[in-house]
Amino acid sequence: MAINKEVVDHVAYLARIRLSDEETVRLAQQLEGIVAFIDALKNVNVEHISPTSHILPVQNVLRDDVPVRSLPIDKVLVNAPQPEGDFFGVPKIIE
Amino acid sequence: MKYEAVIGLEVHVQLKTNTKIFCGCSTEFGREPNSQVCPVCLGFPGVLPVLNKTVLEHAVKISLALDCSVQEYTKFDRKNYFYPDLPKDFQISQYDLPVGRDGFLDITVEGGEKRVGILRVHLEEDAGKLIHKDDISLVDFNRAGVPLLEIVSRPEMYSPEEAHAYLTALKSAIEYLDVADCDMEKGSLRCDANVSIRPRGERELGTKAEVKNMNSFKGVKDALAYEIKRQIESVENGGKIIQETRLWDAKNGKTFSMRSKEEAKDYRYFPEPDLPPFVMTLENIRKIKETIPELPREKAARFIREYGLSAYDAGILVVNKKDAEYAEECMRAYPGENKKPVVNWLIGPLLSEANNRTGGGELTALGILPERLIELVGFVQAEQISNLTGKSVLTDMIDTRESAADIIKRRNLIQISDTGSLETHIEEIIKANVQSVESYKQGKTGALMFLVGQVMKKTQGKANPKVVQELLKKKLA
Ligand SMILES: [Zn+2]
Repeated sequence: MAINKEVVDHVAYLARIRLSDEETVRLAQQLEGIVAFIDALKNVNVEHISPTSHILPVQNVLRDDVPVRSLPIDKVLVNAPQPEGDFFGVPKIIE
Repeated sequence: MKYEAVIGLEVHVQLKTNTKIFCGCSTEFGREPNSQVCPVCLGFPGVLPVLNKTVLEHAVKISLALDCSVQEYTKFDRKNYFYPDLPKDFQISQYDLPVGRDGFLDITVEGGEKRVGILRVHLEEDAGKLIHKDDISLVDFNRAGVPLLEIVSRPEMYSPEEAHAYLTALKSAIEYLDVADCDMEKGSLRCDANVSIRPRGERELGTKAEVKNMNSFKGVKDALAYEIKRQIESVENGGKIIQETRLWDAKNGKTFSMRSKEEAKDYRYFPEPDLPPFVMTLENIRKIKETIPELPREKAARFIREYGLSAYDAGILVVNKKDAEYAEECMRAYPGENKKPVVNWLIGPLLSEANNRTGGGELTALGILPERLIELVGFVQAEQISNLTGKSVLTDMIDTRESAADIIKRRNLIQISDTGSLETHIEEIIKANVQSVESYKQGKTGALMFLVGQVMKKTQGKANPKVVQELLKKKLA
Protein backbone atom coordinates (compact mmCIF):
# COMPACT_ATOMS: atom_id res chain seq x y z
CA MET A 1 0.00 0.00 0.00
CA ALA A 2 1.38 3.37 -1.00
CA ILE A 3 1.32 5.84 1.89
CA ASN A 4 0.86 9.21 0.25
CA LYS A 5 -0.03 12.60 1.69
CA GLU A 6 -3.77 11.93 1.48
CA VAL A 7 -3.48 8.76 3.53
CA VAL A 8 -1.45 10.51 6.23
CA ASP A 9 -3.91 13.41 6.30
CA HIS A 10 -6.85 11.02 6.64
CA VAL A 11 -5.24 9.08 9.47
CA ALA A 12 -4.23 12.29 11.20
CA TYR A 13 -7.80 13.54 10.94
CA LEU A 14 -9.19 10.31 12.39
CA ALA A 15 -6.78 10.68 15.32
CA ARG A 16 -7.54 14.41 15.60
CA ILE A 17 -3.85 15.29 15.22
CA ARG A 18 -2.77 18.40 13.35
CA LEU A 19 0.40 17.86 11.29
CA SER A 20 2.63 20.34 9.53
CA ASP A 21 3.50 19.74 5.86
CA GLU A 22 7.02 18.80 6.85
CA GLU A 23 5.68 16.23 9.38
CA THR A 24 3.27 14.82 6.84
CA VAL A 25 6.08 14.15 4.38
CA ARG A 26 8.33 12.63 7.03
CA LEU A 27 5.55 10.44 8.49
CA ALA A 28 4.52 9.26 5.04
CA GLN A 29 8.03 7.93 4.52
CA GLN A 30 8.17 6.30 7.95
CA LEU A 31 4.72 4.72 7.60
CA GLU A 32 5.66 3.46 4.17
CA GLY A 33 8.58 1.63 5.75
CA ILE A 34 6.45 0.17 8.54
CA VAL A 35 3.77 -1.03 6.15
CA ALA A 36 6.40 -2.56 3.87
CA PHE A 37 7.79 -4.40 6.88
CA ILE A 38 4.35 -5.78 7.75
CA ASP A 39 3.74 -6.64 4.11
CA ALA A 40 6.34 -9.36 4.43
CA LEU A 41 3.52 -11.38 5.99
CA LYS A 42 1.73 -11.36 2.67
CA ASN A 43 4.25 -13.90 1.42
CA VAL A 44 3.22 -16.42 4.05
CA ASN A 45 0.57 -18.95 3.14
CA VAL A 46 -2.21 -18.50 5.74
CA GLU A 47 -4.95 -20.30 3.89
CA HIS A 48 -5.76 -22.71 6.71
CA ILE A 49 -5.00 -20.44 9.63
CA SER A 50 -7.72 -18.35 11.28
CA PRO A 51 -6.78 -14.80 12.25
CA THR A 52 -5.21 -14.39 15.67
CA SER A 53 -7.23 -11.99 17.76
CA HIS A 54 -5.63 -12.88 21.08
CA ILE A 55 -2.26 -14.35 21.90
CA LEU A 56 -2.82 -15.51 25.48
CA PRO A 57 -4.31 -18.95 26.16
CA VAL A 58 -7.07 -17.38 28.24
CA GLN A 59 -10.79 -17.46 27.56
CA ASN A 60 -14.18 -17.05 29.24
CA VAL A 61 -13.18 -14.50 31.87
CA LEU A 62 -16.54 -13.51 33.31
CA ARG A 63 -17.90 -11.86 36.43
CA ASP A 64 -21.16 -12.32 38.30
CA ASP A 65 -23.82 -9.65 37.90
CA VAL A 66 -23.32 -8.18 41.37
CA PRO A 67 -23.05 -4.40 41.89
CA VAL A 68 -19.99 -2.91 43.52
CA ARG A 69 -19.57 0.59 44.88
CA SER A 70 -18.99 3.23 42.20
CA LEU A 71 -16.58 6.16 42.56
CA PRO A 72 -17.61 9.08 44.80
CA ILE A 73 -18.46 12.16 42.75
CA ASP A 74 -15.48 14.23 43.97
CA LYS A 75 -13.12 11.52 42.73
CA VAL A 76 -15.04 11.20 39.46
CA LEU A 77 -14.60 14.85 38.61
CA VAL A 78 -11.19 15.46 40.16
CA ASN A 79 -9.40 15.57 36.80
CA ALA A 80 -12.24 17.05 34.78
CA PRO A 81 -11.09 20.31 33.20
CA GLN A 82 -14.52 21.90 33.19
CA PRO A 83 -16.90 20.27 35.70
CA GLU A 84 -20.34 21.78 36.15
CA GLY A 85 -22.38 20.52 39.08
CA ASP A 86 -22.12 16.75 38.96
CA PHE A 87 -21.48 16.80 35.22
CA PHE A 88 -18.44 16.79 32.99
CA GLY A 89 -18.54 19.97 30.93
CA VAL A 90 -17.35 19.89 27.32
CA PRO A 91 -17.32 22.53 24.58
CA LYS A 92 -20.81 22.95 23.20
CA ILE A 93 -21.65 20.33 20.61
CA ILE A 94 -23.54 21.51 17.57
CA GLU A 95 -25.13 18.82 15.44
CA MET B 1 -47.41 1.82 -7.69
CA LYS B 2 -44.19 1.81 -9.68
CA TYR B 3 -41.82 1.66 -6.74
CA GLU B 4 -41.36 -0.65 -3.84
CA ALA B 5 -39.72 0.28 -0.55
CA VAL B 6 -37.07 -1.89 1.08
CA ILE B 7 -36.58 -1.59 4.82
CA GLY B 8 -34.04 -3.06 7.20
CA LEU B 9 -34.13 -2.36 10.94
CA GLU B 10 -31.35 -2.07 13.49
CA VAL B 11 -32.79 -2.50 16.94
CA HIS B 12 -30.90 -1.88 20.18
CA VAL B 13 -32.32 -3.36 23.35
CA GLN B 14 -30.98 -2.64 26.78
CA LEU B 15 -30.45 -5.93 28.59
CA LYS B 16 -31.93 -6.28 32.04
CA THR B 17 -29.02 -6.61 34.46
CA ASN B 18 -27.99 -5.28 37.85
CA THR B 19 -24.62 -4.08 36.63
CA LYS B 20 -22.99 -2.70 33.51
CA ILE B 21 -21.52 -4.88 30.80
CA PHE B 22 -17.83 -4.62 31.78
CA CYS B 23 -17.83 -3.28 35.36
CA GLY B 24 -19.79 -3.58 38.59
CA CYS B 25 -21.48 -0.16 38.41
CA SER B 26 -25.24 -0.26 38.89
CA THR B 27 -27.53 0.14 35.88
CA GLU B 28 -30.35 1.63 37.94
CA PHE B 29 -32.23 4.31 36.03
CA GLY B 30 -32.70 7.91 37.11
CA ARG B 31 -29.95 8.35 39.70
CA GLU B 32 -27.85 11.50 40.22
CA PRO B 33 -25.51 12.26 37.30
CA ASN B 34 -22.17 10.44 37.32
CA SER B 35 -23.05 8.54 40.49
CA GLN B 36 -22.76 5.14 38.78
CA VAL B 37 -19.33 5.37 37.22
CA CYS B 38 -15.92 3.88 37.95
CA PRO B 39 -12.45 3.85 36.36
CA VAL B 40 -13.56 1.08 33.94
CA CYS B 41 -16.64 2.74 32.49
CA LEU B 42 -14.93 6.15 32.52
CA GLY B 43 -12.15 4.68 30.40
CA PHE B 44 -9.24 5.45 32.70
CA PRO B 45 -5.89 4.14 31.49
CA GLY B 46 -4.80 0.73 32.69
CA VAL B 47 -8.20 -0.64 33.71
CA LEU B 48 -9.49 -4.05 32.67
CA PRO B 49 -13.05 -4.66 31.54
CA VAL B 50 -14.57 -8.01 32.59
CA LEU B 51 -17.70 -9.29 30.87
CA ASN B 52 -20.89 -9.66 32.91
CA LYS B 53 -21.93 -13.34 32.81
CA THR B 54 -25.64 -12.49 32.76
CA VAL B 55 -25.13 -10.26 29.72
CA LEU B 56 -23.68 -13.13 27.71
CA GLU B 57 -26.47 -15.48 28.81
CA HIS B 58 -29.16 -12.94 27.87
CA ALA B 59 -27.54 -12.42 24.47
CA VAL B 60 -27.43 -16.14 23.79
CA LYS B 61 -31.02 -16.50 24.93
CA ILE B 62 -32.27 -13.80 22.56
CA SER B 63 -30.17 -15.19 19.71
CA LEU B 64 -31.68 -18.63 20.20
CA ALA B 65 -35.20 -17.24 20.45
CA LEU B 66 -34.59 -15.56 17.07
CA ASP B 67 -33.41 -18.88 15.62
CA CYS B 68 -29.89 -17.58 15.14
CA SER B 69 -26.96 -19.92 15.09
CA VAL B 70 -25.01 -19.13 18.23
CA GLN B 71 -21.32 -18.86 17.62
CA GLU B 72 -19.17 -21.19 19.68
CA TYR B 73 -16.36 -18.65 19.52
CA THR B 74 -17.19 -15.01 20.05
CA LYS B 75 -15.04 -11.96 20.73
CA PHE B 76 -15.23 -8.21 21.18
CA ASP B 77 -13.77 -5.44 19.03
CA ARG B 78 -13.07 -1.76 19.37
CA LYS B 79 -15.06 0.60 17.22
CA ASN B 80 -13.06 3.83 17.12
CA TYR B 81 -14.63 7.26 16.92
CA PHE B 82 -14.64 10.51 18.87
CA TYR B 83 -17.69 11.86 20.59
CA PRO B 84 -17.94 13.42 24.05
CA ASP B 85 -20.42 10.80 25.26
CA LEU B 86 -17.84 8.08 24.60
CA PRO B 87 -15.26 8.23 27.42
CA LYS B 88 -12.71 5.82 25.93
CA ASP B 89 -12.90 7.26 22.39
CA PHE B 90 -13.85 3.79 21.28
CA GLN B 91 -16.89 1.65 21.88
CA ILE B 92 -16.47 -1.99 22.78
CA SER B 93 -18.67 -3.82 20.30
CA GLN B 94 -18.54 -6.97 18.18
CA TYR B 95 -17.46 -6.93 14.57
CA ASP B 96 -16.83 -10.17 12.72
CA LEU B 97 -17.75 -12.75 15.36
CA PRO B 98 -21.08 -11.69 16.90
CA VAL B 99 -22.95 -13.82 19.43
CA GLY B 100 -25.58 -14.88 16.94
CA ARG B 101 -26.27 -14.76 13.23
CA ASP B 102 -28.57 -15.90 10.45
CA GLY B 103 -31.81 -16.12 12.34
CA PHE B 104 -35.35 -15.10 11.51
CA LEU B 105 -38.54 -13.78 12.99
CA ASP B 106 -41.99 -14.74 11.74
CA ILE B 107 -44.49 -11.91 11.66
CA THR B 108 -48.16 -11.57 10.86
CA VAL B 109 -48.95 -9.12 8.11
CA GLU B 110 -51.96 -8.34 6.03
CA GLY B 111 -52.57 -11.43 3.99
CA GLY B 112 -50.76 -13.87 6.22
CA GLU B 113 -47.43 -14.86 7.61
CA LYS B 114 -44.03 -13.60 6.66
CA ARG B 115 -40.49 -14.49 7.65
CA VAL B 116 -37.97 -11.68 8.16
CA GLY B 117 -34.30 -12.66 8.22
CA ILE B 118 -32.03 -11.63 11.08
CA LEU B 119 -28.52 -10.90 9.88
CA ARG B 120 -26.75 -10.70 13.22
CA VAL B 121 -27.13 -10.21 16.96
CA HIS B 122 -24.22 -8.60 18.77
CA LEU B 123 -23.33 -7.10 22.14
CA GLU B 124 -22.01 -3.63 22.77
CA GLU B 125 -21.85 -0.95 25.44
CA ASP B 126 -24.04 2.13 25.59
CA ALA B 127 -22.59 5.66 25.57
CA GLY B 128 -23.20 8.43 28.10
CA LYS B 129 -25.92 11.06 27.98
CA LEU B 130 -25.40 14.61 26.74
CA ILE B 131 -27.31 17.66 27.86
CA HIS B 132 -26.86 20.74 25.72
CA LYS B 133 -26.81 24.16 27.39
CA ASP B 134 -26.35 27.58 25.82
CA ASP B 135 -22.57 27.63 25.84
CA ILE B 136 -21.60 24.21 27.15
CA SER B 137 -22.57 20.56 26.83
CA LEU B 138 -22.82 18.42 29.95
CA VAL B 139 -22.01 14.73 30.12
CA ASP B 140 -23.50 12.13 32.45
CA PHE B 141 -21.74 8.76 32.15
CA ASN B 142 -24.20 6.71 34.24
CA ARG B 143 -25.42 5.10 31.04
CA ALA B 144 -21.93 4.53 29.63
CA GLY B 145 -21.27 0.81 29.72
CA VAL B 146 -24.88 -0.26 30.06
CA PRO B 147 -25.28 -3.52 28.10
CA LEU B 148 -26.97 -3.28 24.71
CA LEU B 149 -27.84 -5.98 22.25
CA GLU B 150 -28.08 -4.91 18.64
CA ILE B 151 -30.34 -6.97 16.41
CA VAL B 152 -29.89 -6.32 12.70
CA SER B 153 -32.57 -7.52 10.31
CA ARG B 154 -32.05 -8.26 6.66
CA PRO B 155 -33.55 -5.67 4.28
CA GLU B 156 -36.65 -7.79 3.85
CA MET B 157 -39.52 -5.56 4.86
CA TYR B 158 -41.43 -3.74 2.17
CA SER B 159 -43.82 -1.40 3.97
CA PRO B 160 -44.05 0.62 7.20
CA GLU B 161 -46.71 -1.85 8.37
CA GLU B 162 -44.32 -4.78 7.98
CA ALA B 163 -41.63 -2.90 9.88
CA HIS B 164 -44.14 -2.16 12.63
CA ALA B 165 -45.22 -5.81 12.78
CA TYR B 166 -41.57 -6.89 12.97
CA LEU B 167 -40.88 -4.50 15.86
CA THR B 168 -43.99 -5.62 17.70
CA ALA B 169 -43.11 -9.30 17.29
CA LEU B 170 -39.49 -8.68 18.31
CA LYS B 171 -40.47 -6.75 21.42
CA SER B 172 -43.01 -9.37 22.36
CA ALA B 173 -40.55 -12.27 21.96
CA ILE B 174 -37.86 -10.50 23.98
CA GLU B 175 -40.30 -9.59 26.72
CA TYR B 176 -41.29 -13.24 27.04
CA LEU B 177 -37.66 -14.03 27.78
CA ASP B 178 -37.65 -11.46 30.58
CA VAL B 179 -34.18 -10.22 29.63
CA ALA B 180 -35.04 -6.64 28.62
CA ASP B 181 -37.74 -4.03 29.19
CA CYS B 182 -38.15 -2.94 25.57
CA ASP B 183 -39.80 0.37 26.34
CA MET B 184 -39.20 2.62 23.36
CA GLU B 185 -40.45 5.74 25.12
CA LYS B 186 -37.93 5.14 27.93
CA GLY B 187 -35.12 4.34 25.52
CA SER B 188 -34.64 0.71 26.55
CA LEU B 189 -35.52 -0.19 22.96
CA ARG B 190 -34.19 1.96 20.13
CA CYS B 191 -34.71 1.53 16.43
CA ASP B 192 -32.91 2.87 13.38
CA ALA B 193 -34.11 2.10 9.88
CA ASN B 194 -32.38 1.71 6.55
CA VAL B 195 -34.78 2.72 3.81
CA SER B 196 -34.45 2.62 0.06
CA ILE B 197 -36.77 2.35 -2.91
CA ARG B 198 -36.45 0.49 -6.19
CA PRO B 199 -38.62 0.03 -9.25
CA ARG B 200 -40.98 -2.88 -8.73
CA GLY B 201 -39.44 -6.09 -10.03
CA GLU B 202 -35.90 -4.78 -9.70
CA ARG B 203 -33.62 -7.07 -7.65
CA GLU B 204 -30.84 -4.66 -6.82
CA LEU B 205 -31.20 -2.39 -3.79
CA GLY B 206 -31.38 1.37 -4.25
CA THR B 207 -29.29 3.89 -2.33
CA LYS B 208 -30.43 3.89 1.28
CA ALA B 209 -31.01 6.59 3.81
CA GLU B 210 -30.58 5.81 7.48
CA VAL B 211 -33.46 7.17 9.54
CA LYS B 212 -32.86 7.79 13.24
CA ASN B 213 -34.48 9.48 16.20
CA MET B 214 -37.77 7.58 16.18
CA ASN B 215 -39.05 7.39 19.74
CA SER B 216 -42.18 5.29 19.51
CA PHE B 217 -43.60 2.43 17.47
CA LYS B 218 -45.97 4.84 15.82
CA GLY B 219 -43.02 7.14 15.14
CA VAL B 220 -41.27 4.34 13.25
CA LYS B 221 -44.34 3.74 11.10
CA ASP B 222 -44.88 7.43 10.41
CA ALA B 223 -41.21 8.14 9.74
CA LEU B 224 -40.95 5.25 7.28
CA ALA B 225 -44.13 6.27 5.47
CA TYR B 226 -42.82 9.81 5.14
CA GLU B 227 -39.34 8.75 4.05
CA ILE B 228 -40.63 6.34 1.39
CA LYS B 229 -42.91 9.02 -0.01
CA ARG B 230 -40.07 11.53 0.01
CA GLN B 231 -37.74 9.19 -1.88
CA ILE B 232 -40.36 8.30 -4.50
CA GLU B 233 -41.26 11.94 -5.08
CA SER B 234 -37.63 12.89 -5.32
CA VAL B 235 -36.86 10.21 -7.92
CA GLU B 236 -40.01 10.97 -9.89
CA ASN B 237 -38.97 14.60 -10.07
CA GLY B 238 -35.64 13.60 -11.53
CA GLY B 239 -33.72 13.75 -8.25
CA LYS B 240 -31.23 11.29 -6.88
CA ILE B 241 -31.24 9.64 -3.47
CA ILE B 242 -28.02 10.25 -1.59
CA GLN B 243 -26.72 8.01 1.15
CA GLU B 244 -27.18 9.99 4.34
CA THR B 245 -28.47 9.96 7.88
CA ARG B 246 -31.85 11.58 8.36
CA LEU B 247 -33.55 12.43 11.62
CA TRP B 248 -37.26 12.00 12.28
CA ASP B 249 -39.00 15.11 13.52
CA ALA B 250 -42.13 13.74 15.15
CA LYS B 251 -43.61 17.18 15.76
CA ASN B 252 -43.56 18.23 12.12
CA GLY B 253 -43.94 14.73 10.72
CA LYS B 254 -40.81 14.95 8.56
CA THR B 255 -37.36 13.48 8.21
CA PHE B 256 -34.51 15.92 7.64
CA SER B 257 -30.90 15.47 6.65
CA MET B 258 -28.31 15.73 9.40
CA ARG B 259 -26.19 17.59 6.85
CA SER B 260 -23.08 16.85 8.87
CA LYS B 261 -20.12 16.66 6.56
CA GLU B 262 -19.24 13.31 8.07
CA GLU B 263 -16.54 11.53 6.14
CA ALA B 264 -17.16 8.02 4.98
CA LYS B 265 -17.35 6.10 8.24
CA ASP B 266 -14.00 4.65 9.16
CA TYR B 267 -14.23 2.95 12.52
CA ARG B 268 -10.98 0.96 12.26
CA TYR B 269 -12.35 -2.04 14.14
CA PHE B 270 -9.76 -4.23 15.76
CA PRO B 271 -9.93 -7.00 18.39
CA GLU B 272 -10.36 -5.70 21.96
CA PRO B 273 -7.10 -6.86 23.53
CA ASP B 274 -8.37 -6.49 27.10
CA LEU B 275 -11.19 -9.02 26.71
CA PRO B 276 -10.13 -12.56 25.99
CA PRO B 277 -12.45 -14.47 23.65
CA PHE B 278 -15.43 -16.50 24.76
CA VAL B 279 -15.94 -20.11 23.88
CA MET B 280 -19.34 -21.60 24.48
CA THR B 281 -19.76 -25.32 24.60
CA LEU B 282 -22.76 -26.89 22.93
CA GLU B 283 -23.67 -28.11 26.41
CA ASN B 284 -23.84 -24.52 27.69
CA ILE B 285 -25.88 -23.39 24.73
CA ARG B 286 -28.26 -26.31 25.26
CA LYS B 287 -28.66 -25.37 28.94
CA ILE B 288 -29.61 -21.82 28.04
CA LYS B 289 -31.99 -23.09 25.37
CA GLU B 290 -33.82 -25.09 28.03
CA THR B 291 -34.65 -21.88 29.91
CA ILE B 292 -36.48 -20.38 26.93
CA PRO B 293 -40.21 -20.34 27.67
CA GLU B 294 -43.02 -20.86 25.20
CA LEU B 295 -42.71 -17.88 22.84
CA PRO B 296 -45.63 -15.75 21.56
CA ARG B 297 -46.08 -17.52 18.25
CA GLU B 298 -45.95 -20.96 19.86
CA LYS B 299 -48.44 -19.82 22.45
CA ALA B 300 -50.75 -18.44 19.77
CA ALA B 301 -50.59 -21.73 17.89
CA ARG B 302 -51.47 -23.61 21.07
CA PHE B 303 -54.38 -21.25 21.86
CA ILE B 304 -55.75 -21.93 18.41
CA ARG B 305 -55.32 -25.67 18.88
CA GLU B 306 -56.48 -26.05 22.48
CA TYR B 307 -59.15 -23.37 22.81
CA GLY B 308 -60.34 -23.09 19.23
CA LEU B 309 -59.35 -19.44 18.94
CA SER B 310 -59.09 -17.66 15.60
CA ALA B 311 -55.58 -16.68 14.53
CA TYR B 312 -56.59 -13.04 14.92
CA ASP B 313 -57.84 -13.42 18.50
CA ALA B 314 -54.86 -15.55 19.49
CA GLY B 315 -52.47 -12.99 18.00
CA ILE B 316 -53.92 -10.23 20.15
CA LEU B 317 -53.94 -12.26 23.33
CA VAL B 318 -50.32 -13.41 23.20
CA VAL B 319 -48.59 -10.05 22.65
CA ASN B 320 -47.89 -9.60 26.33
CA LYS B 321 -46.86 -12.62 28.38
CA LYS B 322 -48.68 -11.74 31.59
CA ASP B 323 -51.87 -11.00 29.67
CA ALA B 324 -51.54 -14.22 27.71
CA GLU B 325 -51.30 -16.16 30.96
CA TYR B 326 -54.27 -14.26 32.34
CA ALA B 327 -56.28 -14.94 29.20
CA GLU B 328 -55.47 -18.62 29.45
CA GLU B 329 -56.63 -18.73 33.07
CA CYS B 330 -59.89 -17.09 32.01
CA MET B 331 -60.41 -19.52 29.16
CA ARG B 332 -59.66 -22.48 31.41
CA ALA B 333 -62.05 -21.25 34.06
CA TYR B 334 -64.82 -20.56 31.58
CA PRO B 335 -67.26 -23.44 31.47
CA GLY B 336 -68.22 -24.82 28.11
CA GLU B 337 -66.32 -25.90 25.05
CA ASN B 338 -66.75 -22.67 23.10
CA LYS B 339 -64.45 -20.04 24.59
CA LYS B 340 -65.52 -17.30 22.19
CA PRO B 341 -67.77 -15.44 24.69
CA VAL B 342 -64.97 -14.92 27.19
CA VAL B 343 -62.41 -14.21 24.43
CA ASN B 344 -64.68 -11.52 23.04
CA TRP B 345 -64.76 -9.89 26.45
CA LEU B 346 -60.99 -10.05 26.76
CA ILE B 347 -60.14 -8.51 23.40
CA GLY B 348 -63.16 -6.20 23.42
CA PRO B 349 -64.28 -4.38 26.57
CA LEU B 350 -61.32 -5.41 28.75
CA LEU B 351 -58.70 -4.42 26.22
CA SER B 352 -60.33 -1.08 25.54
CA GLU B 353 -60.58 -0.39 29.28
CA ALA B 354 -56.92 -1.32 29.59
CA ASN B 355 -55.94 0.95 26.71
CA ASN B 356 -57.92 3.85 28.16
CA ARG B 357 -56.64 3.42 31.66
CA THR B 358 -53.08 2.16 31.45
CA GLY B 359 -51.61 3.43 28.20
CA GLY B 360 -49.70 0.19 27.90
CA GLY B 361 -53.00 -1.63 27.57
CA GLU B 362 -52.27 -4.38 30.05
CA LEU B 363 -55.27 -6.53 30.93
CA THR B 364 -53.76 -7.69 34.21
CA ALA B 365 -53.42 -4.07 35.34
CA LEU B 366 -57.21 -3.87 35.55
CA GLY B 367 -57.20 -6.15 38.58
CA ILE B 368 -60.13 -8.33 37.52
CA LEU B 369 -59.64 -11.88 38.75
CA PRO B 370 -60.45 -14.57 36.17
CA GLU B 371 -63.37 -15.98 38.19
CA ARG B 372 -64.85 -12.48 38.52
CA LEU B 373 -64.70 -11.99 34.76
CA ILE B 374 -66.28 -15.40 34.21
CA GLU B 375 -69.09 -14.41 36.56
CA LEU B 376 -69.74 -11.23 34.57
CA VAL B 377 -69.67 -13.05 31.23
CA GLY B 378 -72.07 -15.58 32.77
CA PHE B 379 -74.66 -12.87 33.52
CA VAL B 380 -74.49 -11.61 29.95
CA GLN B 381 -74.58 -15.10 28.42
CA ALA B 382 -77.63 -15.97 30.53
CA GLU B 383 -79.19 -12.75 29.25
CA GLN B 384 -79.71 -11.53 32.77
CA ILE B 385 -78.03 -8.31 31.73
CA SER B 386 -77.47 -6.92 28.26
CA ASN B 387 -74.09 -6.66 26.64
CA LEU B 388 -74.18 -2.89 27.05
CA THR B 389 -75.07 -3.12 30.75
CA GLY B 390 -72.29 -5.67 31.09
CA LYS B 391 -69.75 -3.16 29.85
CA SER B 392 -70.89 -0.62 32.39
CA VAL B 393 -70.73 -3.27 35.13
CA LEU B 394 -67.15 -4.00 34.04
CA THR B 395 -66.20 -0.34 34.42
CA ASP B 396 -67.78 -0.40 37.85
CA MET B 397 -65.91 -3.59 38.76
CA ILE B 398 -62.58 -2.00 37.87
CA ASP B 399 -63.39 1.16 39.84
CA THR B 400 -64.89 -0.43 42.95
CA ARG B 401 -63.35 -3.92 42.98
CA GLU B 402 -66.84 -5.25 43.68
CA SER B 403 -68.09 -8.41 42.02
CA ALA B 404 -70.51 -8.31 39.09
CA ALA B 405 -73.23 -9.90 41.23
CA ASP B 406 -72.92 -7.20 43.90
CA ILE B 407 -72.92 -4.39 41.35
CA ILE B 408 -75.93 -5.77 39.48
CA LYS B 409 -77.79 -6.08 42.77
CA ARG B 410 -76.75 -2.66 44.03
CA ARG B 411 -77.70 -0.95 40.78
CA ASN B 412 -80.76 -3.13 40.23
CA LEU B 413 -79.69 -4.06 36.71
CA ILE B 414 -81.22 -7.47 36.16
CA GLN B 415 -82.76 -7.46 32.74
CA ILE B 416 -86.51 -7.73 32.48
CA SER B 417 -87.18 -10.79 30.38
CA ASP B 418 -90.50 -11.88 31.77
CA THR B 419 -93.15 -11.12 29.22
CA GLY B 420 -95.83 -10.24 31.79
CA SER B 421 -94.12 -7.13 33.11
CA LEU B 422 -92.86 -6.13 29.68
CA GLU B 423 -96.30 -6.28 28.04
CA THR B 424 -97.61 -3.35 30.05
CA HIS B 425 -94.69 -1.21 28.92
CA ILE B 426 -95.07 -2.33 25.32
CA GLU B 427 -98.76 -1.54 25.18
CA GLU B 428 -98.11 1.95 26.49
CA ILE B 429 -95.44 2.52 23.87
CA ILE B 430 -97.71 1.29 21.07
CA LYS B 431 -100.40 3.71 22.19
CA ALA B 432 -98.02 6.63 22.40
CA ASN B 433 -96.40 6.06 18.98
CA VAL B 434 -99.25 5.59 16.54
CA GLN B 435 -97.28 6.91 13.61
CA SER B 436 -94.38 4.52 14.03
CA VAL B 437 -96.79 1.65 14.44
CA GLU B 438 -98.45 2.65 11.16
CA SER B 439 -95.21 2.85 9.22
CA TYR B 440 -94.13 -0.52 10.57
CA LYS B 441 -97.38 -2.02 9.40
CA GLN B 442 -96.69 -0.50 5.98
CA GLY B 443 -93.42 -2.43 5.85
CA LYS B 444 -90.88 -0.01 7.28
CA THR B 445 -88.86 -2.36 9.47
CA GLY B 446 -86.78 0.50 10.86
CA ALA B 447 -89.83 1.66 12.78
CA LEU B 448 -89.73 -1.53 14.82
CA MET B 449 -86.25 -0.73 16.09
CA PHE B 450 -87.49 2.73 17.07
CA LEU B 451 -90.24 1.15 19.14
CA VAL B 452 -87.79 -1.27 20.76
CA GLY B 453 -85.64 1.72 21.65
CA GLN B 454 -88.62 3.45 23.27
CA VAL B 455 -89.31 0.42 25.45
CA MET B 456 -85.64 0.24 26.41
CA LYS B 457 -85.74 3.90 27.38
CA LYS B 458 -88.87 3.44 29.42
CA THR B 459 -87.32 0.54 31.33
CA GLN B 460 -84.01 2.38 31.79
CA GLY B 461 -82.24 -0.13 29.61
CA LYS B 462 -83.26 -3.08 31.69
CA ALA B 463 -85.62 -4.72 29.21
CA ASN B 464 -84.25 -7.63 27.26
CA PRO B 465 -84.25 -6.15 23.74
CA LYS B 466 -84.69 -9.53 22.06
CA VAL B 467 -87.79 -10.31 24.08
CA VAL B 468 -89.15 -6.80 23.48
CA GLN B 469 -88.67 -7.18 19.75
CA GLU B 470 -90.48 -10.52 19.67
CA LEU B 471 -93.36 -9.23 21.75
CA LEU B 472 -93.73 -6.14 19.57
CA LYS B 473 -93.76 -8.23 16.42
CA LYS B 474 -96.42 -10.48 17.86
CA LYS B 475 -98.58 -7.58 18.96
CA LEU B 476 -98.33 -5.73 15.67
CA ALA B 477 -98.77 -8.75 13.45
ZN1 LIG C 1 -18.24 1.38 36.04
